[in-house]
Amino acid sequence: MKYFYLIWKSIWRKKVRTILTVLSVFVAFFLFGILSALNQAFTGVDDVANAKRLVVLDKVSIINSMPSAYLSRIESVEGVERVAHASWFGGYYQEPNNQFPQFAVDPQRYLDVYPELLLPDDQRDKWFSTRDSVVVGRELSDRFAWTIGDRIPIYSSIWTNKSGSQVWEFELAGIMDTDDPRGSTAMMLIQYDYFDEGRAFANGSIGMYILTIDDIENSASVADAIDAQFTNSASETKTSTEAAFVKSFVQQFGDISLIISLIVGAVFFTILLVSGNTMAQSVRERIPELAVLKTLGFEDRSVLGIVLAESVLVMAFGGLLGLGSSWLVANFTLAGSAQLPGIYLDVEAIATGLFYILFAGILAGIFPAVRAMRLTIVDALSRA
Amino acid sequence: MSNDLVILKDISRIYHKGKERVEVLHRLDLTIANGDFLALMGPSGSGKTTLLNLLGGLDKPTSGSVKIGDAELHNMSSSALSKWRAVNIGFIFQFYNLLPVLTALKNVELPLLLTNLSAKERKKRAATALSIVGLDDRADHYPRELSGGQEQRVAIARAIVSDPNLLLCDEPTGDLDRETADEILKLLQALNRDHNKTIVMVTHDGQAAQYAQYTLHMDKGTLASRESA
Ligand SMILES: Nc1ncnc2c1ncn2[C@@H]1O[C@H](COP(=O)(O)OP(=O)(O)O)[C@@H](O)[C@H]1O
Ligand SMILES: [Mg+2]
Repeated sequence: MKYFYLIWKSIWRKKVRTILTVLSVFVAFFLFGILSALNQAFTGVDDVANAKRLVVLDKVSIINSMPSAYLSRIESVEGVERVAHASWFGGYYQEPNNQFPQFAVDPQRYLDVYPELLLPDDQRDKWFSTRDSVVVGRELSDRFAWTIGDRIPIYSSIWTNKSGSQVWEFELAGIMDTDDPRGSTAMMLIQYDYFDEGRAFANGSIGMYILTIDDIENSASVADAIDAQFTNSASETKTSTEAAFVKSFVQQFGDISLIISLIVGAVFFTILLVSGNTMAQSVRERIPELAVLKTLGFEDRSVLGIVLAESVLVMAFGGLLGLGSSWLVANFTLAGSAQLPGIYLDVEAIATGLFYILFAGILAGIFPAVRAMRLTIVDALSRA
Repeated sequence: MSNDLVILKDISRIYHKGKERVEVLHRLDLTIANGDFLALMGPSGSGKTTLLNLLGGLDKPTSGSVKIGDAELHNMSSSALSKWRAVNIGFIFQFYNLLPVLTALKNVELPLLLTNLSAKERKKRAATALSIVGLDDRADHYPRELSGGQEQRVAIARAIVSDPNLLLCDEPTGDLDRETADEILKLLQALNRDHNKTIVMVTHDGQAAQYAQYTLHMDKGTLASRESA
């Protein structure tokens, strides 16, 4: 550490050049942090999705629905524990920008299958006993400043009710939390019976069934057994784990992880060139100085270490600032965004970022450092 | 025990430039006693710098032996030579070769980073070395804020800060005007006389050589003659 002062001073030998390098590293790691947080929003759901839960969908399209009579037939399959169902309501609040998921569900069944959803007893009782009531997640009630007892009009772009209107009005009976820190609660749950009686068409149909199984090992055989029940019927099914379902849903947006990896890769390649070039120049300019250090008795590997440390320090300086800023922005500013819930820079991404800082620092510095190490004093000084 | 500090025996140094073979030093013998101050003169290309590099363990002879104190330099690894240099040798160059990013004091402190001294002790010794060369008041100046003569004094302070026995100077006044050169030479003389440093000084300047106890003349890689001042 007694070399720190020397290393620090050497970094600032050409101030403007170093500031530009630090800035480009800053931008790269800021981008890395933000993209990682976005990636978490898109793919983090599969960590949340429970492999013990299976999802039954229409085989042809997730838009098609299935008969409500499937419920008891699914329940009768060996290995199935509890069955719930959910139907897509496809609405928004007040204006089309305010989109969020609404599902028509059987309240008791739904809460049984999603024990991580927390709802105070009195609110649950109110929801169960009031046909036109709904519960929402805290993210939503915060976003729209709803309080219990509010009457909330939702415009459904799919479902017309019997009075011929697409606007449905619900009473807010409760606000859900979740004990899963990464789980999103940005959704509204509507009573299926009220919804089904009220809608003008497609009565008695169900969008998807969600079920729990007794043993995670059986998920494949249970899924096959369920689908076998409905082969050759008018609406065949496709049963998969919730995780696989979420994944395929996310894939509709394209392979987000791949896109992010490509961007991050390109950015890293660029900063490697930028800071590698900075280090190469800095060593080239200092050949006589480095030779003097060796003359004074600094060993070859110390000189290697000094140049590498300079490179890592420049990378760490810009990188930590960038990663730190992206952490602030992602976890404190963007995290509240209801358009894309789940934006979060987690410990794993931060650790990856730190590793990249070290790795890029070493990689950018290694060739100049080796050059400095190999420098022979006699040759270097005769050039001075 | 003899008083000899440096014993060079039958030194040759051959460079290969492509197919060409250049014998820069040819079967050279030299003994330097402890406390000597000698000037090394000779035409350009006669091998003065090469000889100095061998004395400082920066380069190795193609054949022959270099013994300085108890160290047999021709047998040592480059890492061992580094450690040995840090303790035993002070270098002074024509172009000072200070690090521009460090103040005078920090430049002088540099060799002490290789020791186990505490930060406080390092600073104290660097300050002492600066006061020996008469630059205490410039400790916090950067090289670009100093004159050539002052820079060379800082370089001398850096060369003596770890208290080496042998100072090797390659045209230390080559870039200075007469008056400044005389001051530097007086300083070297004082280091030789009062601090018992053995000094080998390469120079082109006959007047500079007058400050040494004796002068060796080199020609084509051999020692041609010796004259006492
Ligand atoms: N690294 C080297 N490779 C090849 N030739 C060299 C090298 N260093 C010095 N020489 C040659 O050795 C001769 C003596 O050089 P040097 O010791 O620097 O002379 P001086 O210091 O007396 O001017 C010169 O002809 C020079 O070209
Ligand atoms: Mg020379």
